[in-house]
Order: sequence, then C-alpha cells, then structure tokens
Amino acid sequence: MSQKKPEKLIDKDGVRLDGRGFNELRPTKIEVGVLANADGSAYIEQGKNKILAAVYGPKEAHPKHLAMPDRALLRCRYHMAPFSVEERKSPAPSRRDIELSKVITEALEPAVFVEYYPRTSIDTFIEILQADGGTRCASITVASLALADAGIPMRGLVAACAAGKVEGRLVLDLTDVEDKEGEADLPLAWMPNLNAITLLQMDGSLTIDEFEQAVNMAVEGCKQVSELQKETLKAKYVAVKEEVEE
Amino acid sequence: MKSPIMIRVKQKQIAQLASLGKRLDGRGLNDHRKVQLEVGVVGRAEGSARVRLGKTEVMVGTKIELGEPFSDVPDHGVLTVNAELVPLASPTFEPGPPREEAIELARVVDRGIRESKAIALEDLCVEPGKKVFIVFVDVYVLNHDGNLIDASALAALAALLNTKMFNYEVKEGEISKKPGYTPLPIKNYPVAMTFAKINDRLMLDPWLEEEQVMDARLTITTDKDGKICAVQKGGNGHFTTQQVLEAAKIAKDKAEELRKLVVKG
Amino acid sequence: MNLPVFYEKRDIVTPGDLLADDDYETGENTYKEDGKIYATRVGLVEYEGHRVFVVALKAFYVPSVGDMVIGKIIELGLGSWLVDIGAPYPGVLRASDVFNRPFRPQRDDMPHVLDVGDMVKAKIVAYDRTRAPLLTVREPDLGKIERGQIVEVTPTKIPRIIGRKGSMITMLKQETNCQITVGQNGVVHVRGRSPEDEQLAVIAIHKIEEEAHTSGLTDRVTQMVRKEKGGVVNVSKEA
Repeated sequence: MSQKKPEKLIDKDGVRLDGRGFNELRPTKIEVGVLANADGSAYIEQGKNKILAAVYGPKEAHPKHLAMPDRALLRCRYHMAPFSVEERKSPAPSRRDIELSKVITEALEPAVFVEYYPRTSIDTFIEILQADGGTRCASITVASLALADAGIPMRGLVAACAAGKVEGRLVLDLTDVEDKEGEADLPLAWMPNLNAITLLQMDGSLTIDEFEQAVNMAVEGCKQVSELQKETLKAKYVAVKEEVEE
Repeated sequence: MKSPIMIRVKQKQIAQLASLGKRLDGRGLNDHRKVQLEVGVVGRAEGSARVRLGKTEVMVGTKIELGEPFSDVPDHGVLTVNAELVPLASPTFEPGPPREEAIELARVVDRGIRESKAIALEDLCVEPGKKVFIVFVDVYVLNHDGNLIDASALAALAALLNTKMFNYEVKEGEISKKPGYTPLPIKNYPVAMTFAKINDRLMLDPWLEEEQVMDARLTITTDKDGKICAVQKGGNGHFTTQQVLEAAKIAKDKAEELRKLVVKG
Repeated sequence: MNLPVFYEKRDIVTPGDLLADDDYETGENTYKEDGKIYATRVGLVEYEGHRVFVVALKAFYVPSVGDMVIGKIIELGLGSWLVDIGAPYPGVLRASDVFNRPFRPQRDDMPHVLDVGDMVKAKIVAYDRTRAPLLTVREPDLGKIERGQIVEVTPTKIPRIIGRKGSMITMLKQETNCQITVGQNGVVHVRGRSPEDEQLAVIAIHKIEEEAHTSGLTDRVTQMVRKEKGGVVNVSKEA
C-alpha cells in the first residue's frame, strides 16, 4: 500500500508542490546546544526534515588500535529513527546509512583541525528524526554546527545543499518526492571561506551544461545555508547579551 | 570531566543525604523531576511524543503496518516495542545492536502497555490468520540523565494516544487505503514509577547520579484503576517486602498525577 | 596607524570568518591561509597592535604547564593514576610524586591513598602533544579533596569567575562564606560551612558562566547572591 503519486511536481507557473520557486530553499530553523550530555549539539528543521547532531570529543580514541599518532580520528554516524520515514525502518544500519556516514565524515574532515589532537577521536552522531529528502545535506549542515558548539577548532563551517532536475527544470533543495520522481539529484557540501567543495555526489542523468548549472545552483544554496549557520551560532550569545544589558 | 566514573565525594553526599531523607537536588523522596510533554512532534510517525523528565529526554514514535498475526492469536493485532539507546544521548552509549539495558527498557515499557491491555489488540484484525495491524512503538532516548523507564513509558503512552490509523477497505482480498484516519483504540493508561534504593531509603525518579549510587531500583506500573500491571526490580541489591509494598502505594498515587498530564481530563 | 580590519572590537565571530589580512599576526583561535586570517572558534574578536585573536565563548581545556587543575581519578595503573582533567588527554599522576619517594609495588597501597572516583587538586608539570600531561601534588594546597561541591564550567569562562584582579571571586567568597578554588581546567571546588552556602556559590558560578560575555556582571551577581541569602536563615553563620 503506497502513497498516491502526485500528478505534477511543478505546475505551469513554475511553482513546486510545496509552493516554492526553483531556486528556493525550504524554510529552515536551526538551534545549537540542545542536548545536555553531548560536548556539542545542534538541531535543524528544514521543510519536513528534522535532524539532531551531537559531538563527543576530542577524547582518547577507543579502541586504541584505531588511534592515529599524528591526528584525531573523526567519525560521523548517520542513523535514522524507525519512525522517520513512511515505512518503518529497522534501526540496524543499512548499506545506505553506512555510505552516507562515510561521505558525511569526508565532507567535514577538511574543516576540522584534526592535527591539533593526536591519538584522540571526535565522534559525531547524526539522528534523523523525520526525513523528507536531502537529509545528508541537512546532516552536514547541522553536524558542522555541533562541532563548532563543542568548541572544536575549525577552518570554517561546512554548509550543504542539493540541486537537481525535476520535470526538465533545475531546482534547488529537493524534497523526497522530487528526488524519487525527478531526473537527477546532486547533493553538495561547501566551505565558503576556502571556496572548497567537500561533498559531491550525483545520481540521475544530466548534460554537461546542466551539471555545471546544478553545481553553481547548489553552491549558491550553500551560501544561504552558511549565513543561517553563522546567525545560529551567534544567536545564543546575542540573546543573553541583550537580555542582561538592557 | 565527562568520564562516567562517579565522583566519590558526591557519592558519599548522596548516600548521607539519603539516610536523612534528603536529596542532593533538593527534591522530596517522593517528588519526580519537572515533566514536559509534547505530542505530534514527528509527522512521519503515526503517533509521536517527546518527554523531558528533568534533563532526561525521550522521543517515541509509533508506526502502524499490516502484517501476519502470531499463530496462537490469529485474530489479534501485534504490539512490538523497541528501544534505542543512541550514542548521542550519553557518553556511555555505543553504536550497535541493543544491549541488555535497551532490551530491558523496551520489555518493561511493553509489559505496561500489554498487561494493562491499553491497546485493544482484538480490534486490530483485518483478516483472521492472515492480516492484522502491527503497532510498532519505537523508543528513542535523546539524553540520558537517569530514569529512562518512566520517561519512556510516559512518552510511549502519549505517543499511542496521539496515534492515528489510516482507514482501509477490503475488496476481493485486497486491502486498500481509504481517506481519513481513526484514532488507535486505547483502553487503559499505564504509568510507570521507578524508585531507587540508596542507604535503605526509597526515592522516586532517580536522576543519573542517584542511579550510579543506588543499590537497586524498583519499577511499579499501574493502570487507570490503580491496579498494578507490571513490576520490575533492577540492580544488584535487594528490597524488603515492606519497601516493595510502600513503593506500590506511592506509585499508585503519583502515577495518577502523571496520568492526568497525558490523558488530559 | 590603523591597519584595516574586518570586524569591530569584541564582535562575535564564527569559525571561518575573515578577521584580517597578512599585515596581522595570528593569535589564539585564529589561523592564516593564503595571506588571510580566519577565526577557528565562536568568540569575541580582539585586535591588539599587530595581533588578532579570538576569545572563545566555548572551548575545552588544553593543558598548559604551570596550570592548577582539579581532576577525577579514573584509573589505577602500576605506579601511577590516570586523572580526567576534562582535556582530550587524561593526566598522569605518579605514585612517586604522591608518596614523595620511589614507588614500592609490594608495599604501597595506591587505592588507599587515591582511589577511582576521588577528586584531586594538582598542577601540570609537563605537557607536549606527544605525551599525556604529567601532574604533581607536591605543592601546598594540592592533593585529595575530601569535602565540598564540584562545579564544572567551560574553561574559557574561568577568567570571568576570577574577575579583574580577583574582584569577582573575592566577592563570592565573602558573600557565600565559602572557600572557592578555581582550576584552570574549568573545575571549581567550593567548600563552605553548610550545603546551603555551597549551593549559593554554585548557582552564582553558573550565572557567571551563562553571562560571561556581558557587562555589569559583577554587580548583577552580587545582587543575586544577596537576594538569595535574604530568604535563608543561616544558622551556620553564628560561630
């Protein structure tokens, strides 16, 4: 018993199913410092995505044989709650979970000063509480903030956003149905100050021109995400400052 | 200083205060921490709730699917409770399959719901022997600051009360969805109350550091009529009969307070 | 002559924010790449002469030789204890240091002196990134903590708890009637004559941590402490 497929994903006026234009990000809300036990944490709601990230570390690496003599071990675990998707998902990690954990770790690695903390591990845990497409990008965005919230020195924040092709048009930040029914999905992670792409994947079919446009579109999307990330980090302190200095 | 080893000086303080009938956070022996409840927090779930009990935070989502019944009760729906102690909730939780702590948690929450007959499983049959509704209750611990059982049980109850099932019709042996939803039929409201035993005193709703000091814990789950439907003793220590009966009485009264919070009138 | 800067003094900056260019030198919590200086942590940016640095709003403790720290014994080894000081690496306290003579494995009972879970005040005598920080208790006022409360704050707030020329901590000690020892690693030991006095100091310390980046803090904390005290009849003061 599956959901009914929608008739059209983009109507004749260029409006998408959720009311957005081609180049619009889903409404996004982010918070840091939401979990008491973790060293750093952050929470994001992006459209219907709800994702929580927590960081523990740097601390002694366990098991010891994984420790590296000249740098910290960075590990990210992408995991979905059973109730996060339409059909209940088993809590055991799937092959997709494992691949995403790897590419997310590799997206964040260039940003963290791992060489400052030899023989330690920095563990990031990402829990998807509700999923609606683009979770790996939202995960990178929120994990970045959790790392910053933990006070781990970083070269910069990593922002992520996907572009894709739906019903022949290039669009930004695809929802689950747009990804499933569309022609291409291109998640991308980007560090603004270093102008560096740290995650890039694509599945579907695009011409070289479309590919270039999609990459640029995703980078522009990342710039918007990056502004939100900075505001979020500052917000906590600005609020207290305003409250007490009145 | 995040390592889970308890500070000895604090351990002594908690034990000393216990013998005086006091607690380090100033609570009375029969006081639980502040409870915050939110329902409908996750849209993809058929029902969901989040409970904050002090700093302990637990989210529960329910999912309803069609599946096969158990052969011994072919005309009953199926309830299955699972608990995940995900690593982000505590430095002591590691990724991997559920260990005994998670399994005990899931089974105690399950027992409360099942034994109180909170869900009318007999109403969840679609085709006897072939197709019934399976109710998945997934407990997700987000921050562990003690007493996961009570927080999880409360969140599970709230999530079940928030659960809506899709309407369906059966045509020529094929089941298809119809528009609209029906609330899951809930007939009872089990609430768990857990006590820690420290220095021979019982205290309700232990937080993490009290749990690290305690000799044993006792969970008493009562239903809407004040009947006890589940009990679980945990930990290496022991209880006297008197302590057990005392706990049962307090549990019954205190549970009623929390029940009102969830059931709303 | 003013060198060009990109932020106002004490603006809040985030990792990757461009703070200055090659004319400046990198200070704490900054790094230089391609002739540009960026922040590595969330904090308040400061420009001092040719140096730019960031006062981090939140950072874990990194050991520094000479620091007094308060830690928790987490492991007993042969001839040494491992101490959790809230840093990425646990500190090592040698039995020879504690006993003040070479360790005798057959005769010396380590747990009797310091056991897992005990809190200890120590000083860092050696540290570089290739080895664990080495601790000593061979100085006055160091050693095992027997009584009192332990408070943990983010280490970057420690200067605020001490205050300019010790103004904040002196006020706290006076108003709460407690002995307060501040470890550089963000762990504070409070010892008073009653749990109520200690609790008051603990609450004040948490308030300072929360509002460390604001102005007028010393006055606000003093007011808060006096107000809280007003509601409690403190029998312990009669002595």
